[in-house]
Amino acid sequence: MAEAKTILVRVKRQAGPQDTPQWEEFSIRWRPNMNVIACLIDIAENPVTSDGRKTTPVSYEANCLEEVCGACAMVINGHSRQACSALVDHLEQPIRLEPMSKFPLVRDLVVDRQRMFNDAKRMRCWVPIDGTYAIGPGPRIAPERQEVAYALSRCIFCGNCLEVCPKVNEHGDFVGAAIVNQVRLFNMHPTGAMHAHERLRAVRGPGGIQECDNAQNCVKACPKGIPLTESNNDVNRQALLDSILGWMFH
Amino acid sequence: MSSTKVILIGGGLAGLMAAIRVAELGHSVDLFSVVPVRRSHSVCAQGGINAAKNLKGEGDSTWQHFDDTVYGGDFLQNQPLVKGMCEAAPGIIDLLDRMGVTFNRTPEGLLDFRRFGGTLYHRTAFAGATTGQQLLYALDEQVRRFESEGKVRKLESWMFLSAVLDDAGVCRGVSAVSLRSGEVRTFPSDAVIVATGGIGAIFRQSTNSVACTGSAQSALFQQGVHYANPEMIQVHPTAIPGEDKCRLISESVRGEGGRVWVPKAAGDGRDPRTIPDAERFYFLEEWYPKYGNLVPRDVATRAIHKVVYELGLGIDGKNMVYLDVTHLPREMLTRKLGGVLEIYEKFVGLDPRDHPMKVFPAQHYTMGGIWVNNENQATNVPGIFAAGECEYQYHGANRLGANSLLSCLYGGMLAGPAAVKYAQSIAKSAESVSSAVYEREQKRQEEIYDRLRSQQGEENPISLWKEMGETMTQHATVIRYNKDLQAADAKLAELQDRYHRINLADTGRWGNQSLHFTRELGNMLVLARLIVQAAALRDESRGAHYKPDFPDRDDEHWLRTTRAEYDNGSFKFQFDPVDTSLIPPRKRSYTSS
Ligand SMILES: Cc1cc2nc3c(=O)[nH]c(=O)nc-3n(C[C@H](O)[C@H](O)[C@H](O)COP(=O)(O)OP(=O)(O)OC[C@H]3O[C@@H](n4cnc5c(N)ncnc54)[C@H](O)[C@@H]3O)c2cc1C
Ligand code: SF4
Ligand code: FES
Repeated sequence: MAEAKTILVRVKRQAGPQDTPQWEEFSIRWRPNMNVIACLIDIAENPVTSDGRKTTPVSYEANCLEEVCGACAMVINGHSRQACSALVDHLEQPIRLEPMSKFPLVRDLVVDRQRMFNDAKRMRCWVPIDGTYAIGPGPRIAPERQEVAYALSRCIFCGNCLEVCPKVNEHGDFVGAAIVNQVRLFNMHPTGAMHAHERLRAVRGPGGIQECDNAQNCVKACPKGIPLTESNNDVNRQALLDSILGWMFH
Repeated sequence: MSSTKVILIGGGLAGLMAAIRVAELGHSVDLFSVVPVRRSHSVCAQGGINAAKNLKGEGDSTWQHFDDTVYGGDFLQNQPLVKGMCEAAPGIIDLLDRMGVTFNRTPEGLLDFRRFGGTLYHRTAFAGATTGQQLLYALDEQVRRFESEGKVRKLESWMFLSAVLDDAGVCRGVSAVSLRSGEVRTFPSDAVIVATGGIGAIFRQSTNSVACTGSAQSALFQQGVHYANPEMIQVHPTAIPGEDKCRLISESVRGEGGRVWVPKAAGDGRDPRTIPDAERFYFLEEWYPKYGNLVPRDVATRAIHKVVYELGLGIDGKNMVYLDVTHLPREMLTRKLGGVLEIYEKFVGLDPRDHPMKVFPAQHYTMGGIWVNNENQATNVPGIFAAGECEYQYHGANRLGANSLLSCLYGGMLAGPAAVKYAQSIAKSAESVSSAVYEREQKRQEEIYDRLRSQQGEENPISLWKEMGETMTQHATVIRYNKDLQAADAKLAELQDRYHRINLADTGRWGNQSLHFTRELGNMLVLARLIVQAAALRDESRGAHYKPDFPDRDDEHWLRTTRAEYDNGSFKFQFDPVDTSLIPPRKRSYTSS
């Protein structure tokens, strides 16, 4: 019988935020249709490096396994992307797995992306409704408008757009393309627009849209094909008008 | 009225809706979730949510929705709350619409509706093919608003371990573990709502998310919370078989005109696109002319099973059939089904607009779950409420597509105010409970962890998990035989035994995922045994539960809710009458035209 095919996976390990990172290599039995998550499950089942040393299972985040929850973002062969949709057969070997670098590290491939949720809070990314009581239907919306909004609202908060952004680093605190896109989404909604002024004020504030220098890495890294450059230009224009005309513009 | 704190376990659709209701009433919420709530499993829901809005001039009504649901569930539901849910549905859609859900629209700017399985009406509102994602986001955003007002505190990356019960058996809070630091703590509260979702991980390769382990439900069951209809497990007819999970191809694909077929000749290896229509077997359309490809899931799943295993007509002799949309307009496919078709494209590497998809059934949903009463989502343990997929109330023996998102929201809407009302009605609040009650539970939980850390042996948690999944998928899904179920139970007992010989490669505290997974695995094994034992008892066929040795529904003996109670490692079963006061049971058949 021919020897079973194997896959080589190198993982950048780090036991905790204060520890020094180190690389470990694993050799995994190939099966059809494997993704990176399947490799990590194999490692958990047999946590032994390719040179036969016992180690611990690799910590990583994943939930939906179909690229809709955003959990599993990591840097794979140098590219920030979702691990569940990274199919082994399409990856160059050895496959290199690293944690995202722009977020605080928790352990191994797990990082803390809480800042994105905090920024969403700061930018009031919601439609302010009066209550959950039965007070009739929402506003009518033209299908064309719905289609634009739907495309924006598919953001899975994976953070890939922040990871690749040159303006998100230790020195700058740019909120990142995802949040700017959220501002556009909520300003588009007839009820959401009632808070447009506050959102635009926040998005002009510290770490706001002025930090963006249009590198456009974000739009290439986004797994959901969200038109981030367009959102950025749109919010930029809104912010400018808002700063000149204030609430009268709304 | 003083302000109460409610603990919510789980931030999927059901949990978030309950949180909104509690906060809206002016009370505060501690919201626990193993994943950041925005990443909860509800984001996976693709097809849509049902409500009889009757915007297509078809004469649809909430009664018709109610009837389809009860008929689809093979009459195993207590009917009053199901009726309540169907009546509330149009208002729930309005609420979601006001929250900004990007539902698809008609040219007039109104909500668009599509058809789903088990109904003849266009009743399903949808946001592209990622409806669950859009709904969950809308609720997440409302909760974030309450969070910014200080009414909701999120404890994400905290895993619920157990309820804290006082000496009278009343719930006084919960114990939980931080998935980051490994710290175990107790949290007092007067009322707890459990909304921890599905149990797919018990079958390993299911359509569910990783966090759907049922561990919380099992822990509560072991503490005395009753569990109902565990044997009612839904297997979805159309998923892409996968190494790490089975990815769902939503029923909406058939709702928009997708057709299921196999080549008429066994082993016909031709490119499906070159096989002429006359040489294709559209078995669902042929066997069920009235509903065609939109028969309910249990019916479609069994039909596929028959075509593959009895008639030997699976594609290339394998367990697969075609789900074909290549005859439909590309523009419509992209606009209405883009999200699902993308999944096929990304994970299989072929564009379903050009190539018929290869699919097979996979475990998808649990109709059974935590027992709740017929009024307000309360369990049998005072102070514990449940909502969403983790409870059993709405779907009987088979859930209709697009009814789950609805039942999650409806259950959450009831549970929130009910928990508040309960908390305000009790004479003695958690504050006055002796700290010894909390210390006792904390110690119990820490001891379980210590034991796992210090265990010696040769077993590995992932291997045991795989064996459990295989056993469950093989014996407790589409077709069930008593002797197989008994063998499965014996196998699970063996796994429980080997569980005590798991040797963890990592015994540290910080971010130790395999430790927490092993904790959950112990609970999964209990629930797995409950499923197979209950399935063995029910000697009839009803909805998703099908036994060839007992092929008919037997109302005389089995129009009963299975209700289980934990008893020191074994289970006590009782069989409660079902409230069928509104629609008398009738024979369920989708074959007539
Ligand atoms: C692929 C797929 C597609 C579907 N499509 C549809 C559809 O189109 N229409 C429809 O109506 N239904 C659909 N369903 C069913 C529906 O999505 C689910 O039933 C529903 O989303 C369940 O919601 P939930 O709120 O009960 O739980 P979930 O969304 O699963 O949330 C559970 C929550 O509990 C938390 N949790 C779990 N355990 C613990 C613990 N121990 N401690 C702390 N927190 C915990 C999780 O972190 C999560 O926040 C689909 C299901 C699948 C799998
Ligand atoms: S915009 Fe795209 S890359 Fe950025 S968080 Fe959202 S989905 Fe991820
Ligand atoms: S696991 Fe959800 S995006 Fe990969």
